[in-house]
Amino acid sequence: MGLKLLLEKANVPGIRTYDVYRREGGYSAAEKALKEMTIESIVEEVKKSGLRGRGGAGFPAGMKWSFIAKPEGVPRHLVCNADESEPGTFKDRYLMEFLPHLLLEGLLISSFALGSSDTYIYIRGEYAWVADILEEAIGEATKNGWLGKNILGTGFDCMIHVHRGAGAYICGEETALIESLEGKRGNPRIKPPFPAIQGLWMRPTVVNNVETLAAVVPIIKMGGDEYAKIGVGRSTGTKLISACGNINKPGVYEIDMTISVEDFIYSDEYCGGIANGKKLKACIPGGSSVPILPANLLLKTAKGETRYMNYESLSDGGFATGSMMGSGGFIILDEDQCIVKNTLTLARFYRHESCGQCSPCREGTGWMEKILQKIESGKGEVSDIDLLWDIQRKIEGNTICPLGDAAAWPVAAAIRHFRDEFEWHINNRELSQTSNFGLQHYADPIHVPA
Amino acid sequence: MTEFKRLVARYPEGKQKSALLPVLHLAQDSFGGWLPTEAMDYVAVLLNIEPIEVYEVATFYSMYNLKPVGKFVFEVCQTGPCMISGSENIITYIQQQLGIQPGETTKDCLFTLKLVECLGACGYAPMMQVGKIYREHLTKEKVDAIIAEYRTQVAAQN
Ligand SMILES: Cc1cc2nc3c(=O)[nH]c(=O)nc-3n(C[C@H](O)[C@H](O)[C@H](O)COP(=O)(O)O)c2cc1C
Ligand code: SF4
Ligand code: FES
Repeated sequence: MGLKLLLEKANVPGIRTYDVYRREGGYSAAEKALKEMTIESIVEEVKKSGLRGRGGAGFPAGMKWSFIAKPEGVPRHLVCNADESEPGTFKDRYLMEFLPHLLLEGLLISSFALGSSDTYIYIRGEYAWVADILEEAIGEATKNGWLGKNILGTGFDCMIHVHRGAGAYICGEETALIESLEGKRGNPRIKPPFPAIQGLWMRPTVVNNVETLAAVVPIIKMGGDEYAKIGVGRSTGTKLISACGNINKPGVYEIDMTISVEDFIYSDEYCGGIANGKKLKACIPGGSSVPILPANLLLKTAKGETRYMNYESLSDGGFATGSMMGSGGFIILDEDQCIVKNTLTLARFYRHESCGQCSPCREGTGWMEKILQKIESGKGEVSDIDLLWDIQRKIEGNTICPLGDAAAWPVAAAIRHFRDEFEWHINNRELSQTSNFGLQHYADPIHVPA
Repeated sequence: MTEFKRLVARYPEGKQKSALLPVLHLAQDSFGGWLPTEAMDYVAVLLNIEPIEVYEVATFYSMYNLKPVGKFVFEVCQTGPCMISGSENIITYIQQQLGIQPGETTKDCLFTLKLVECLGACGYAPMMQVGKIYREHLTKEKVDAIIAEYRTQVAAQN
């Protein structure tokens, strides 16, 4: 059994309630932080832990906290990003649904460290019942003195508010999230100014992911140095992975980042292998925005070394032969899956979710969807592949927010690694409507059938 | 009105516009699952903002319906992870069973079919959202049972 810091108690009956959570040692980290530690020492422990943001970008959390501006007399805010809309990602939902008090405890400690007396959880609107669970937990925590005025006699006031979004992936981007929280359309802001200087209502604001903020609890409990000993290199601590697609055991797993990708996919403790005795074709290891990898490059790097489930190893080889840890949304495709079609659904997703502010993103995502639709339906031409490549390159790096890049990368990686499958589609117009390209070049290099 | 006040109280003085998204959810729930212009205008008055500020937001977010919908809206996820786990078969099956295309509502106004993008349930695919809840690990049998369940629910109310 792998080490668990976040999900250790997830299966304790009734852990969702305050009483059970408290009986199991809950809120002891908050007690320690508020009573025995200073604001500086909390930030210091988070810095020492090496905790990297779990929302996708992997920015060091302690460093982000130390950037927050502290102008006299201006309130500051912590906002928890629970928008979780990156296809393949459903880990934050699991954490909030089963361990709401763990998140609240992390939020309380973090709010104390940042001086936020009104902290918001921006949760995607569709997670309506999860919002109810959080509201109930907030009620319990308030009744028991962990939220409200003068918490534990420290003079610190803190309230946590749940704010439901209404269906827009772009609101996961931190400045779009802030706009949305102000009651506007989710149009990302041009940075600078960064939220740490002018965020929510133009006040200094820190936006962190659900998992990042929950991880503050074990960090305070064990100390930053001990936390940093877990994992490897700059991938410290544990990471939640939501695994889905064609595997035997889809679900949310907490991993120590020293496990190999192969073990993660094939061991019974995690994914339990490919479903229905099929073979592994490809994987999108970090949510839909990160590059897709064929099986051979997924399990081993281009240098032939074992690939591990951590930030450095997953990105080994850059975009040419590697991918990214991203949000931890791990999507497995088996031999029956069509790369063109999969890429088309993602292109449609990004076209639907583009806020429309910048033309390369608004127009480019629309064009990519149209061309992929054309190829997928057996009407493509070989020149369409180059056209797609061209369009994605014109989007990347030319937009206000990273959604443009996020839309370009999946298309680029699909062409880079599966160009022959696109060509097959185009050259076998009829056949491609009834059968798949299959494994041809990408037979699972390790688990080859007899 | 008490719920409205509770929502607005979450934001600082003068920042009541921040309550717009939650208030629109509330309005949609009380107006039968969609937002007629009168509902949006009323929200504008309540929050002391211009009607255009409400329309702008209502048209941006996919959860707000600007047209009437059936009593039960089947919002089936069609994004990559669900697609590779068999969502297409489920979508076709629902279309057949209800006799409608995506975006349409059944004649008896009971069901609307809507295709949506990833709902954060990719590990429990295929799936759909109906009202506040998620229906996951869908099979044809499960779809039959769900439709029957809602029909019975309505019959019991009449
Ligand atoms: C298009 C887009 C969508 C995003 N969606 C999310 C999301 O759903 N959840 C999240 O935590 N971060 C998301 N992010 C990243 C946030 O902008 C931000 O970096 C993050 O919330 C910071 O928290 P962290 O440092 O704890 O990861 C998204 C970014 C982009 C560009
Ligand atoms: S890149 Fe796309 S989503 Fe981001 S601001 Fe520009 S148009 Fe909007
Ligand atoms: S792809 Fe359907 S819920 Fe994520």
